[in-house]
Amino acid sequence: MKSLDLSWRLFGVWRRNLIVYRRIWKVNFLVPLFEPLFYLAAFGVGLSGLVGEVLYAGEEISYIRFIAPALLATAIMFNAFFETTYASFVRMYYQKTFDAMLATPLSLNEVITAEIVWGATKSLLAAAIILLVITSLGFVNSPLALLVLPLAFLGGLAFGAAGMFFTGITPSIDMFNLPIFLFVTPLFLFSGTFFPVAGLPPWAQNLALLSPLYHLVELTRYLTMGSMEAGALTSIGYLAVFALVFYFLSLKTMRRRLIK
Amino acid sequence: MSGEYPIVEAEEVTKKFGLFTAVDRVSLTVRKGEFFGLLGPNGAGKTSVIRMMYGFSPLSAGVMKVFGLDIATGWREIRQQIGVCQQDNTLDPDLSVEKNLLVFAGYYRLAKSLAVERTAELLNFFALSHKRQAQVYHLSGGMARRLMLARALINDPRLVILDEPTTGLDPQSRHQVWDKLRELRARGLTMVLTTHYMEEAAILCDRLIIMDRGMILVEGSPEELIGIYAGKSIIEVETPGPELVAFVKQQQVRHEELPTRLIIYTDEEDQLGRVIRERFCFEKCIFRHGTLEDVFLRLTGRELRE
Ligand SMILES: Nc1ncnc2c1ncn2[C@@H]1O[C@H](COP(=O)(O)OP(=O)(O)OP(=O)(O)O)[C@@H](O)[C@H]1O
Ligand SMILES: [Mg+2]
Repeated sequence: MKSLDLSWRLFGVWRRNLIVYRRIWKVNFLVPLFEPLFYLAAFGVGLSGLVGEVLYAGEEISYIRFIAPALLATAIMFNAFFETTYASFVRMYYQKTFDAMLATPLSLNEVITAEIVWGATKSLLAAAIILLVITSLGFVNSPLALLVLPLAFLGGLAFGAAGMFFTGITPSIDMFNLPIFLFVTPLFLFSGTFFPVAGLPPWAQNLALLSPLYHLVELTRYLTMGSMEAGALTSIGYLAVFALVFYFLSLKTMRRRLIK
Repeated sequence: MSGEYPIVEAEEVTKKFGLFTAVDRVSLTVRKGEFFGLLGPNGAGKTSVIRMMYGFSPLSAGVMKVFGLDIATGWREIRQQIGVCQQDNTLDPDLSVEKNLLVFAGYYRLAKSLAVERTAELLNFFALSHKRQAQVYHLSGGMARRLMLARALINDPRLVILDEPTTGLDPQSRHQVWDKLRELRARGLTMVLTTHYMEEAAILCDRLIIMDRGMILVEGSPEELIGIYAGKSIIEVETPGPELVAFVKQQQVRHEELPTRLIIYTDEEDQLGRVIRERFCFEKCIFRHGTLEDVFLRLTGRELRE
């Protein structure tokens, strides 16, 4: 196998993104701060009157407690995925940032890896803020909750790599509608986020097992509430494999796209 | 092993895009301290050659060596020591002028203090110090181009590759860039330049090639090429009379007949020139020196490309 051409230089690219992020950090912090509050207000308060209690992993819990950890997981997905789709696409295509980098000692794989790692970093930052919010609202009752941070990074790598894969094959920026409609939205709705997967017909339950978001939601529930349906190690393993597969696919599609 | 290896050595370099051959067996050598020009009409393959030179495009065939290293294997070491000013503006619009240089220095892993020092130095050299904090999309075309040049020098390169550094600039900015490039040459920097301004190439380049359709047509110093392909002096006649055309043909003078103009290339400045002036030129005759533009147009023809 050809060498991957990876070195610590990739943190130069990561740092570039951090500098840009810090420039508008207040705006960047606002979204993860208020978005979970909106969701909790709309679904947790608004819907819970209709829904009442939810049966999850053999326990009855209030609906708002059920969805609070899911908000962590979906934010992890959205932050990384949007970073390596829209934001990376803008850098690659409109700003020609990657072209400039590829005249320096950076390799293409370093640039792509740094973008994905940056996406995961954004997931981590968002998860940290949301964790603070839901902890202060009393929805966290396990000391394991701090492990949400490394989990957010792993989940961010998985969804960041998937996003970068789509960036490698998407002809124009408008066409990201397609992976969002076919990939992100179904995951968002059917991964045990807003209702337990147990409520689905068996075939759909099996399908949900393939969803990386399902495993991420499961793990955030486990770390914040101490209970989950699936096995923690299986879920971590699934996320890791998913991340690796899409990482190598993204290196491949981006190389085909950029190197002429 | 020091040795006198050339800075750039391309051997039969070829670039294919599918079935289309953009660069066809190009061989060239750039020596240390030289200002080397790469001329040719749109689509000639200049940028393609340059992209192979800094290891962006893999070669379809041939060997490209920079500093004696093969670009295919030594690309990282090579890129550490070259600066590239690409044809497109690739400045980072998310960063300020100063940050553009500082962040770029990070890609070369320059020490922070050195990066700060060189950034200040280069902003000063390119008269951009007052724009240090500006966002790059607020820069004029000339300032953006100068910042591209500054960025290409951040790592103190041994070779600078400039793809059309002055395209789209006004005469003032262009002359300013030329002055800076001459200053760099005086310091012994090796440079490769592409341009569509023949005057620029004639002023700056020690040696150049003219290419068309992916192939090299000629190579030499501007003076040599002008001497061979244009002649010392040129007479341009607008709407020439049939007698003049007949005379030129009969005397077997090198000339070119265009729809409304006749261009006569003469070497003996006095005799033939005087004859034509006295016998045929009552109006609309321009006597001028041969230029690189004459060479270029003669060799690459006058029809439009692409
Ligand atoms: N990625 C690509 N895929 C297909 N064809 C390409 C690609 N890049 C360049 N070409 C073609 O290769 C030829 C040479 O292009 P190149 O950009 O090297 O020309 P150039 O001499 O730099 O032109 P210009 O003066 O317009 O910048 C052109 O016909 C161009 O259309
Ligand atoms: Mg070009």
